[in-house]
Amino acid sequence: MEKKILIRGNEAIGEGAIQSGCRAYFGYPITPQNELTAYMAKRMFEVKGVFIQAESEIAAINMVFGASLTGVRTMTSSSSPGISLKQEGISYMAACQLPGVIVNIQRGGPGLGNIAGSQGDYFQATRGGGHGDYRTIVLAPYSAQEMFDLTCLSFQLADKYRNPVMLLSDGIVGQMIEPMRQNWDTNDKNIEWKVRGEDWILNGCKGREPRMVRSLLMEEGELEKLNWELNRKYKKMEEQEVRVDLWNIEDAEIIIVAYGIAARIGKTVIQRARRQGLKVGMIRPITLWPFPIQVIKDIAQKVKSFLVIEMSLGQMVEDVRLAIEGKRRVHFCGRPGGSVLEVDEILDKLREISNLK
Amino acid sequence: MFEELIISGYGGQGIMFCGTLLAHLAMEEGLNVTFFPSYGAEMRGGTANCRIVIAREEIGSPMVKNPSSLIVFNKPSLIKFSGQLKEKGLLIINSSLVEEEIVKEGIEVIRVPVTQIAQKLGNDKVANMIALGVYIKQKKIVSLESAIKGLESILLLKNKEEKKNLIEINREALKSGFKYNK
Repeated sequence: MEKKILIRGNEAIGEGAIQSGCRAYFGYPITPQNELTAYMAKRMFEVKGVFIQAESEIAAINMVFGASLTGVRTMTSSSSPGISLKQEGISYMAACQLPGVIVNIQRGGPGLGNIAGSQGDYFQATRGGGHGDYRTIVLAPYSAQEMFDLTCLSFQLADKYRNPVMLLSDGIVGQMIEPMRQNWDTNDKNIEWKVRGEDWILNGCKGREPRMVRSLLMEEGELEKLNWELNRKYKKMEEQEVRVDLWNIEDAEIIIVAYGIAARIGKTVIQRARRQGLKVGMIRPITLWPFPIQVIKDIAQKVKSFLVIEMSLGQMVEDVRLAIEGKRRVHFCGRPGGSVLEVDEILDKLREISNLK
Repeated sequence: MFEELIISGYGGQGIMFCGTLLAHLAMEEGLNVTFFPSYGAEMRGGTANCRIVIAREEIGSPMVKNPSSLIVFNKPSLIKFSGQLKEKGLLIINSSLVEEEIVKEGIEVIRVPVTQIAQKLGNDKVANMIALGVYIKQKKIVSLESAIKGLESILLLKNKEEKKNLIEINREALKSGFKYNK
């Protein structure tokens, strides 16, 4: 039997980062992601990496910017209000084509909100909360295992496209403790620093032409050229990086679309609904951007209707409706920040939908 | 098997340790398990509770609204959660701190003076292990031997060598809970 360990979601992200060769972490404390910052403080010391508790979230993202320039794998994490502060830095990273991983363990908003889990930052994450015409890949884990796996994937994708990647989770998945497969050597304290981008990083120009990394492009045509280049990159991400999990789809008449903690709650709903004879399945986007438009389109041809569930008052539901282009009814069931979606209310909604003609 | 449990008490009563140990034991038995904590900002005092789901099938939501079992270490926890307990549910009460008789019909109530028993063992902080012993015997989730093995491995992992003496008293507490006669 493969070895499993019991681990908290937030800590699984930290270990995923360490195993991915991340050797520079910058953060500022905020609940409900503090276990991640604490974990990085401990582990970075063990692997002789860099851990800095920055003076603010803005400082932390700009430290990520600077570390990324030197070719190391780097990460910052925060929760909703802190992620808002990081948006300027993320926009600059996108413009300068700098890889880096930004973790958002969402809490209730708007404003300072509260410390309970929520999914109110979907718009901000998928539409690029900073200014300008840019995209970030957004991955949405829903278990401790995926907190680990998708963190590893985040670093790979960030390097592959030289682009910031956001890991979008929430306070519940972050705080939850679950078994996770452990497939690395715990005694290995010398996992290599991954230095990459020999052809673009700033590592001292002795023996070569100096390089400059900047986002201020004032010369005629310069900025447009960059934007087209970025656009080609984003198109490639849309073609190659869509990831989705399908569950009980084969005979389904109603499809639940949900991500993160809402998908966990949705699975309980489906287990119970099927016992009551309702044929319900689930599409769980793992990449929120690029969004699984084609998968939803294809499945829409075979089912009666959709129910989107979110711990918000309706954000991803807009993407589902765009994908379906009005060909099927798309219902919504959500609860805003400050509350938790309940299985019974979703079951009620499902019964209501299944009785519709 | 589909077990949903809430453990609740004051911060400092070992609620989270009790819950994570149970989650560990369930994992070692090859079961699926989730643990979700809820606590205040206080290091001691305030409220602390955790929700645990143990199942053979895949676990969806880690949130427990209507538990099949409930372990309460103090009176506020009894007031807050006893109404949510499922029919035929199991309720374990720390009778050292909770005097109230529970009047809800159709549930099984076990009153155990876990704090007093722990004091007799020499440290009231092991009350949590006594309650856990009562619970795992009742629910037959693991054998006493596996539970002790799990406890030792976790305490060693957490505290390394310097706190080996804690293992002895925790082991005795778990045993006395397991052997407690209602």
